[in-house]
Amino acid sequence: MMGMKRNRRAGAVVALTLGALLVATGCAGSGGDDGGSGGGDDAELSIQFLPKNLGNPYFDTSNAGGAEAIEEFGGTYEEVGPTEASPTSQVSYIQTAAQQGVGGLVVSANDPEAICDALDEARSAGVKVVTFDSDTNPDCRDLFINQATAEGIAQVQVDLIAEQIGDAGQVAVLSASANATNQNAWIELMQEEFAASHPDIEVVEVVYGDDDDQTSFDKTAALLQTYPELKGIISPTTVGIAAAARYLSTSEYKGKVALTGLGTPNQMREYVEDGTVTAFALWNPADLGYLAAWAAQALITGEITGEEGDTFEAGKLGSYEVGPDATVLLGDPYVFDAENIGDFDF
Amino acid sequence: MSATLTPVQPGTSGASRIVRRIATARETGIAVALVLVIVAATASNPTFLFSSDGFRDLLLTPSLLLLVAVGQAFVIITRSVDLSVGSVVGLTAYLTGRLFIDIPGIPIIVVFAAGVLLGGLLGAVNGVLVAWAKVPALVITLGTMYIYRGINVAWTGSDRINASDLPRDFRGLGTEHLLGIPILTIIALVVLIAAAWYLRNIRGGRELYAIGSDPDAAHLYGLRVSRRIITAFVVSGALAGLAGVLYAARYGTVSSAAGFGWELQAIGAAVIGGVAISGGVGTVWGAAIGAFLLLTINRALPILGIDDFWQRAVVGVLILGSIVLDRLLAVRQHRRLIAQREVDR
Amino acid sequence: MTVVTDAATARVYQAHARPAWRRLLLTRETAIIALLIVVIVVALASVRNFDSPLTVTYLLRDIAPILLIALPMTLIIITEEIDLSVASIVGLSSVMTGILTQAGLPFPLAAALAVVVGAVAGAFNGFLVTVVGLPSLAVTIGTLALFRGIAVGLLGTTAITGFPEEWTDLAKANIPGTPVPMIMIVFVILAVVFAVLLHFTPFGRSLYAIGLNKEAAHFSGIDVGRAKFTLFVLSGAVSGFAGVYFTLLYSNARGDNAMGMELQVIAAVLLGGVSIFGGRGALHGVIAGVLLIGTLGSALRLAGITSDIINVITGVLLVLSVVSASLLAWLHQRRSAAVGRRRGRRSAEGGAAGDETHNHASTSHQGRKQR
Repeated sequence: MMGMKRNRRAGAVVALTLGALLVATGCAGSGGDDGGSGGGDDAELSIQFLPKNLGNPYFDTSNAGGAEAIEEFGGTYEEVGPTEASPTSQVSYIQTAAQQGVGGLVVSANDPEAICDALDEARSAGVKVVTFDSDTNPDCRDLFINQATAEGIAQVQVDLIAEQIGDAGQVAVLSASANATNQNAWIELMQEEFAASHPDIEVVEVVYGDDDDQTSFDKTAALLQTYPELKGIISPTTVGIAAAARYLSTSEYKGKVALTGLGTPNQMREYVEDGTVTAFALWNPADLGYLAAWAAQALITGEITGEEGDTFEAGKLGSYEVGPDATVLLGDPYVFDAENIGDFDF
Repeated sequence: MSATLTPVQPGTSGASRIVRRIATARETGIAVALVLVIVAATASNPTFLFSSDGFRDLLLTPSLLLLVAVGQAFVIITRSVDLSVGSVVGLTAYLTGRLFIDIPGIPIIVVFAAGVLLGGLLGAVNGVLVAWAKVPALVITLGTMYIYRGINVAWTGSDRINASDLPRDFRGLGTEHLLGIPILTIIALVVLIAAAWYLRNIRGGRELYAIGSDPDAAHLYGLRVSRRIITAFVVSGALAGLAGVLYAARYGTVSSAAGFGWELQAIGAAVIGGVAISGGVGTVWGAAIGAFLLLTINRALPILGIDDFWQRAVVGVLILGSIVLDRLLAVRQHRRLIAQREVDR
Repeated sequence: MTVVTDAATARVYQAHARPAWRRLLLTRETAIIALLIVVIVVALASVRNFDSPLTVTYLLRDIAPILLIALPMTLIIITEEIDLSVASIVGLSSVMTGILTQAGLPFPLAAALAVVVGAVAGAFNGFLVTVVGLPSLAVTIGTLALFRGIAVGLLGTTAITGFPEEWTDLAKANIPGTPVPMIMIVFVILAVVFAVLLHFTPFGRSLYAIGLNKEAAHFSGIDVGRAKFTLFVLSGAVSGFAGVYFTLLYSNARGDNAMGMELQVIAAVLLGGVSIFGGRGALHGVIAGVLLIGTLGSALRLAGITSDIINVITGVLLVLSVVSASLLAWLHQRRSAAVGRRRGRRSAEGGAAGDETHNHASTSHQGRKQR
């Protein structure tokens, strides 16, 4: 009995020394390297793209645009991200970026607040933070690249659905995740627009597909079943609209229930051609990523600081100016339909 | 001359015994629950059952889980558990997509065979480790769950299979029907009937029950325990592989998260269906009805006005209730056996 | 007279059959600790930025919930039970913290209530296992779904993110002057408490007895039911506390927080040398196991390797550790059998009187329950 106690006590001592060793290495590290920041000279043009989740064709395109920009100005590109779009899943990648001391982090946030603290820590480690597509709280990032004004995005979708269902009837919204900043901003504006200009259209429900294909597919099925009078579905997320279109095209509601929202031409082409979808909108995500990368570069080299009125060069897109709230606007949304969908490849 | 006729006790004739067995069977109870749920939902919204979409979806969605639950039942009956089935589904679903993309014109039957083979192989790894290394299946399949999912994600990368990558007639399997019943459901039913027949009428199947009831006794009796356990895991893996191929047919899009969480759903379906976690009891019919019940509740909740976020809680209550019921029945059975032993003395 | 003395001196205690240094160094716990040291050294040498203080901070901060929950989980597995519902209790307590804070309660009160909710959940588990007599695997699979379902049902997929800044800062703060997070103080205190409980009290001793042979322990006068019930309540309470910490760390209370964490905890505990069959294990091995998985993950992430490889490695380590335990036991059994056979042959040849000590191979754990 005593022997066993001695074994375990000795074991505890070993474990404690181990823990001390681990901590000591950290302290020793701090002596040699000051904080692991990029330093001032030869600003590290290493930029990491952190989308909402990997395996999302929309972000694949925007990341490719970013990669193109980074190659143009000679930086290093890396793409990281979680497999599911939940608020906390991005935190460990932000922490890793801070540890690695990258120059810039370009992120599309799943939640406006959840990653704020991690971003602040990264910024104090010298990383420049640029958000794009979906913003965080303005206090924890340096710049936000917005694809279009939220009002413009909401407006175009409301106009499309109103036109497709004859300005009267029940509609539902198939969104991404419940906390996504951009989704909630657009949905709120859509509700206001409906109330103001289309009083005969009723938004019966907002469901969340979590930017997951299977979930969005099943939620569409549930919507159609729960609301037999449904006339239209708006899905302001490319994953959602693709899944909804796939379900609709094999269901008895094809052609009877209108579907619109934000989608990529490649995913939607088949459904525009078979009549499930009449028209939808988007912008060019590649341009968005491209602009975000150039903005990060401008921040790293010190060309701009994120103040309102700063201007910077963005390669082939020309020069852009920083607006209020440290936001840069890409342009206006674009409407795709059967006539022009063959012209695009993304 | 005085031929006395033994008075017939009421309720002991062959027919009434069968009726009583069916009436008190666990499977009947759950089937009744399923019917009740469907009736309640349809009363609230007739399109739940009576629209062609509604009827189709009711049969289609649970078919995939049914396959996985039947495989899981095989394993649970031998007093093991298989946590890796979700990852196997994901891997084979991605393999399906990859085969269609990389080898254009590949016959569909080859893809099916490849998926089932891969699933069976992954299941065999589990079975060998459990049977030969004598390590509890919980731990082994926990490890292989991580490993298979990791391989799946590493292989997929940030890629995903899109519906447009798969040939149209393959995807048709997921949406077409024969005489009003979706093809996927027919496939699932065929598998179910084959599995039930194997467990009931083939010696290998019946031995699984023996092994689950009392592994030591089975070993002493001379049954080849290792071989049967490996078989059970291979079946579980193969069925999960088949479910993965059909997943690609049904949903069209496959990401690295395919099949995530299916293992717990399958275990839940089997347990609710009467397959006791302590092994040796239960049928695949029960597991199948359990799968249907779980997913139908999921669809019925929003129609009944309950937020479908409560679905998992309902599933938890059902699982707990089933386990308590199993325990009560086991205790009663134990007492009855003791009483019988006393009588026979 | 001489024969009796010979017989007395020939008695061998299996626990002390080997010299002290072998008993100390050739244990599974030491193997894991050695592996941890190797991983740290290799990572320091080959991964860039691993030596920055941020590494220690992030690593310890992120694995703190797993470290905390691994403590009661070790005790539970030693008694041959299992608790799969810990992550769901974390999620439930996280949701309760969020809801209560949003309802206006002062944060410490909300946090305390969340821990109480965790303890109640653990008590529910304990009740079903000890009073109703259900197998803990089945019960905790059910409560895993139930508690997670309640958590998600209460909040849906929205998240509550407004928490008082002083508390979220505290959760992330380091001990002044060091890169070690403050939560490690709580962890060290709890670790000491559990170590004392397990290794230095009769209660802890009784847990090993329960794990080795429940019936024998019962007949020795140990209240098996009460011991297990206490463990489940402890597990629930610690999981509740881990939930509060998790919420503060990410400033985010959500129904599916910490989903899948139970498997990480169990993998780490088993890696740390605790036997799934019960009756064997020690805390220092478990702590080393958690640190090992965390360090591997941190080093690989820094090296740019994606998280899926980390999962594969965790799985392989887990499988190897349990298979190697079985393998070692089998080898030991064969060796003892061979020794026994050799001795038997020698005695048959020598024809001596029967006062050899027969070496019984320890086969108590083999093939008993397959789970």
